[in-house]
Amino acid sequence: MTATDQAATTGPQPTPDPIPEDSSTGHVGDNAAGIAAVADVARARLRPDAVIDDHARLRTYECDGLTHYRVTPALVVLPETTADVEAVVRACAEHRVPFVARGSGTGLSGGALPRADGVVIVLTRMRAILDLRLEDQRAVVEPGVINLDLSKASTPGGYYFAPDPSSQTICSIGGNVAENSGGAHCLKYGFTTNHVTGLTMVTAAGDVVELGGLAPDTPGYDLLGAVVGSEGTLGVVTSVTVRMVRLPEKVITLLVGFPSTDEAGAATSAIIGAGIVPSAVEMMDALAVEAAEAAVRCNYPDGAGAVLIIEVDGPTAEVDHELEQVQALVAEHGAFGTRIAHDAADRALIWKGRKSAFAAVGRISPDYIVQDGVIPRTALPEVLRAIADLSEASGVRVANVFHAGDGNLHPLVLFDERVEGASAAAEKVSGAILDLCIERGGSITGEHGVGIDKAKHMPRMFAEEDLDTMARLRCAFDPAGIANPGKIFPTPRLCGEVPGRHRAGEAVHPAVASGQAQVF
Amino acid sequence: MSAAPGVDADAVLRDLGSACPLEAAGPADAGAGVAPSVVARPRSTQETAEVLRVAASHRLVTVPRGAGTKLAWGRPPERVDVVLDTTAMDRVLDHAAGDLIVDVEAGARLAHVNEVVSSAGQRLALDETCRGATVGGTLAANASGPLRVAVGTPRDLMIGCTVVRADGVVAKAGGRVVKNVAGYDVGKLAIGSLGTLVVITRAAFRLHPLPPARSVVSVAADGPDAAHRLVHAAVHSRLVPAAVELDDDGEGRATVSVLLEGTGGGVAVRSADLLSLLGDGASASTEVPQAWGAYPWADGGTGLKLTFALSGLRAVLATVVSAGSATGVRASLRGSAGAGVLHAALPPGTETGTVVETLARLRAVCSEHGGAAVVLTAPRGVEEALAAQPVAGDGWGPVPALALMRAVKERFDPERRLAPGRFVGGI
Repeated sequence: MTATDQAATTGPQPTPDPIPEDSSTGHVGDNAAGIAAVADVARARLRPDAVIDDHARLRTYECDGLTHYRVTPALVVLPETTADVEAVVRACAEHRVPFVARGSGTGLSGGALPRADGVVIVLTRMRAILDLRLEDQRAVVEPGVINLDLSKASTPGGYYFAPDPSSQTICSIGGNVAENSGGAHCLKYGFTTNHVTGLTMVTAAGDVVELGGLAPDTPGYDLLGAVVGSEGTLGVVTSVTVRMVRLPEKVITLLVGFPSTDEAGAATSAIIGAGIVPSAVEMMDALAVEAAEAAVRCNYPDGAGAVLIIEVDGPTAEVDHELEQVQALVAEHGAFGTRIAHDAADRALIWKGRKSAFAAVGRISPDYIVQDGVIPRTALPEVLRAIADLSEASGVRVANVFHAGDGNLHPLVLFDERVEGASAAAEKVSGAILDLCIERGGSITGEHGVGIDKAKHMPRMFAEEDLDTMARLRCAFDPAGIANPGKIFPTPRLCGEVPGRHRAGEAVHPAVASGQAQVF
Repeated sequence: MSAAPGVDADAVLRDLGSACPLEAAGPADAGAGVAPSVVARPRSTQETAEVLRVAASHRLVTVPRGAGTKLAWGRPPERVDVVLDTTAMDRVLDHAAGDLIVDVEAGARLAHVNEVVSSAGQRLALDETCRGATVGGTLAANASGPLRVAVGTPRDLMIGCTVVRADGVVAKAGGRVVKNVAGYDVGKLAIGSLGTLVVITRAAFRLHPLPPARSVVSVAADGPDAAHRLVHAAVHSRLVPAAVELDDDGEGRATVSVLLEGTGGGVAVRSADLLSLLGDGASASTEVPQAWGAYPWADGGTGLKLTFALSGLRAVLATVVSAGSATGVRASLRGSAGAGVLHAALPPGTETGTVVETLARLRAVCSEHGGAAVVLTAPRGVEEALAAQPVAGDGWGPVPALALMRAVKERFDPERRLAPGRFVGGI
């Protein structure tokens, strides 16, 4: 296991529970001849250690950051160039072998969960910053480049890469593209989709296409916009052109304690209502603070029912003014124990507790589920009270850590697998929290993606016609359905008029015959 | 219904009329010179769906239209039977001020939406590049103006939409929260598709607070070198410009204007810094210059969109000058030079050969710098000449990934019922 993989899979999670083999993960041994053919193609052009087919080493790739879903892939390849990926995918297409692209494997929705009958294409060896073009406010990178490494490389030139998921020290930019990653600062700076201007992609048929480029507004349909966030289901991205953002002249971070989440939520609304767009507004409730204190001694205000981390950045003259306004507004909402960081070192201390929060919860609970629901920001106090009620009624503890500014909740539902019924009770609370989000016009996922984990929830948010329309897009890109099948869509869908070969005797797809799939 | 041979005109009018109110088409309804037979004005998403179902059942071709300000954009459609006019769907459905969200019908005018949201000190930060433009038309044409430097383009602001497919099926994409990664971002495909993929009937946007203060610092740009230097000075500064515009009248007078937005005190300080950064001759104003954000072309003229990596600005501007010297007609320019986007105009009556020559030169330089030169609108004669040009290509020029785009069109509108021929590669 590489260091990256190790980091991605640490932290308590529900006990490994191999999901039953079904249409979304494939069957061991299916299409063995196809797998062998793809392995031959890979061996012919990749280094010996870049083609993995022994069981022990395959298991390194059996899960991503959502470790309770595990499937051992049939084959793993580690290409180094676009041409390598092209060759492997072309072989997959020829032999109808499903493939799953994977970056650092830090995803939290099982988007990189392998197929038992498929290939995992690991992009960690494509890790070059190809072209840092700060005069153009762009960088061209390979998909395996680590998010933070791009910012480190461009900071001396006065620029950085804005999307900053909390895994940014280990997650890859290719993974960010697949998931349309956000992060703490997307409140002001937007998501990965707002920062990608071009992609090189190997289509599911094995063709290399250029989408977008250095300049904005490429003529034609915005396929780039469709691919970002498509969770590896439309092809394999092998090069990414991103916008680089000018480093702000000044950054100020405040840590503020409140009596309860009600006041912290009201303060958040007041700040945004005043016309301020902070670069980040993060909230942690008392239980999350307790966990963080136990883990990293972050020295947050004593006795706080909630804390906010508020960051403002921009030209000095604006930031100074905003700081005054923010201080006045939080004071009106019962703030106490305020700490203000003016430099990077102080700022890191304040962020330490927030960034460690997920892992820290392991200190107070052996197992937990992370949710990623989104609500309209103004519904925050009401939804937090409803979560508290759910917690009280069920006896299941819930720690709340979230991006308050944009209403993206990350409730951590705590449980102990060893206690009978605890896992089921936690699942139930977790599902009820998603219901709260959907009822208020929100989303089932703000940044972690649908993957395999939330595919079953898609019909709660989208009508059949909506899913059918999404499926048309998928069919345009991947009529054979071999790019990361089983993710996003609740029911496997087959495309009509599939070009290419059909195996003899396969008049009706078995999944259709058994009622598991719908012909689209 | 003479445009659709073999069609029972009475049956068509009866069925369309039961779907929604109809109007007889007049000369003003002809986009790019192609005249429709009838104008349908549905009042809801459901009526829009019914119109498209009826149109599909009678094998009619439909072209969606908002205020019609950009109906001539793209190539002339092969045929138009029905113009689907969205302007009866003009309501602001919900302005959730606390959430900085607005949910509107596609036929709502951009200016109207901004009147509504400004009451809460907010704005939908899309420039009204054509007076009277609707939200739906702005999305379909992917129109953008000066504020794109600050907040981006329609793709960065739209968070969800309702669309009707050519088969009359209604689908939603995205949602009503800014942060949302559930499912494919189908809305992105609708943006800039010029009505060839779906009909947008409703859209939700993120809003921004209206800045309390602004300053526009303008300075004359004497030639490509100076313009390049000024634009780059503004873009790479830490003053966070909200817009970096270049306006060149084609007769040697060019101005770079930089918009700063923020608090009163903050803008005053930044404006002073910017004045010294841009050097002698720079002046500040609280008002934007004349024609701010408007396209530079006149009715009957040729309008081009030029895109390029920022380092290519000097070369693009130099090519505009050299093409002008070679042909005797120099394009005028206006646009977000600081974002790598300029609109170029050749006056009405410019000889077709001159347009083709100018386009070929600009296409070469934009392509060299990672972008493209596209004809947004042109007189019919120019369109026909371009379509026949082996070197310059058609008005769109070379389009990478065209096969995938065709595949998307095929899945969404296999019978080519929506504005066929208007888009890239004859889509």
